[in-house]
Amino acid sequence: MRASLLLLADSRLPAGGHAHSGGVEPAVSAGVIGDVPALADFLRGRLATSGLVAAALAAAACAHALEGGDAWALLDAEADARTPSPAQRKAARAQGRSLLRVARTTWPARALEALAVVSPDGPHHPLVLGAATASLGGTPHEAAAVTAYNAVTGGASAGVRLLGLDPLEVNRALAALAEDVDAVAAKAAACTDGPWTALPAASAPLLDIYAELHLRADLRLFES
Amino acid sequence: MGEHHEHDPHDAAPAHGRPLRLGIGGPVGSGKTALTAALCRALRGELEVAVVTNDIYTTEDADFLRREAVLPDDRITAVRTGACPHTAIRDDISANLDAVEALQARHPGLDLVIVESGGDNLTALFSRGLADRQIFVLDVAGGDDVPRKGGLGVAAADLLVINKTDLAPLVGSDLAVMGRDAAKVRDGKPVAFTSLREQPGAPEVAGWVRDALRTW
Repeated sequence: MRASLLLLADSRLPAGGHAHSGGVEPAVSAGVIGDVPALADFLRGRLATSGLVAAALAAAACAHALEGGDAWALLDAEADARTPSPAQRKAARAQGRSLLRVARTTWPARALEALAVVSPDGPHHPLVLGAATASLGGTPHEAAAVTAYNAVTGGASAGVRLLGLDPLEVNRALAALAEDVDAVAAKAAACTDGPWTALPAASAPLLDIYAELHLRADLRLFES
Repeated sequence: MGEHHEHDPHDAAPAHGRPLRLGIGGPVGSGKTALTAALCRALRGELEVAVVTNDIYTTEDADFLRREAVLPDDRITAVRTGACPHTAIRDDISANLDAVEALQARHPGLDLVIVESGGDNLTALFSRGLADRQIFVLDVAGGDDVPRKGGLGVAAADLLVINKTDLAPLVGSDLAVMGRDAAKVRDGKPVAFTSLREQPGAPEVAGWVRDALRTW
């Protein structure tokens, strides 16, 4: 495991992740998450759906960057097609924009420059994770691993902050998810053999609905 | 620069090619939003101003500024901080940078962007990557021992504002003690005493901001 990959996966990376709950805040507001087991269930569902989709997109982006490809607008459109909620798209592009700022400063590369002009709102977050992984010398499998890991850690931290959950208990729940994270990363990495149209498109309608409701909420601490 | 430049009647071009970014931080309820509103009112006639607010819970601060109509709506942006106001101004400034840059793109002639932090504790400090200058706002009702306790905000801010001086006799706070204690930890940096209720324009702070812009 190379250290720069750990840096990319670190929650202290200044890429705006701390202001996104991955749907945990609206789920807490809806009364769906109230304790650590419920949070763990939510994160397992998130990992299997939007987590898998994001990890596969990141792996594809990493492979594309390593090949020197320039079809970034097409891959970005593939991400859009797998993100039906406008609120989720907005959140994914906001996080992509912030990560791109860090990645261009830290691991400059042609692919990152190309991603910067893909959309005025910024590229989808997993694409930047994939291109950044390639730039720091990582593989598509590693890009998928960082992305799958990301899919559960941000929401876990939001649960600690919103509900005052015991951080030790939450960390134990994350550790229990580790094998699932590895499995999702492996499954996502295997998708780089096929065409982009065949990338996973697992949907999580409740996450989409929560994301839309969240934008209409009077009280919210997190952007998404 | 030659000597005949001294009486050039034209404003100098901004040396940094972008507006000055002014951070305003301080504990909850000390008057950050009121000071932001006062600065907007005082400066909007002579400068192009925009504001980013970082609210803890809601967009209440941005809504307050809009309701008071201190600036047109499209010059005020609210950022959410994920329950960590200090993170958003210090450790991970990306959402605030994003908001500042979006305002700059929308209003190319901006002179000043005020970033008002969410209410925080005494250790809050703006990153240099986000704010070129910073003001820390305390109020006398928080206790006159607060400057003595120090903290990064009190010690390091370019300007320390001690607000609500009109309440000092009512809450038993000694302004002289606050001024003396602040001076000890601030290494000569200025302290301004304000009462936005008595002087809604905050003339001393507005003057400090004008000076900051002249040397920007």
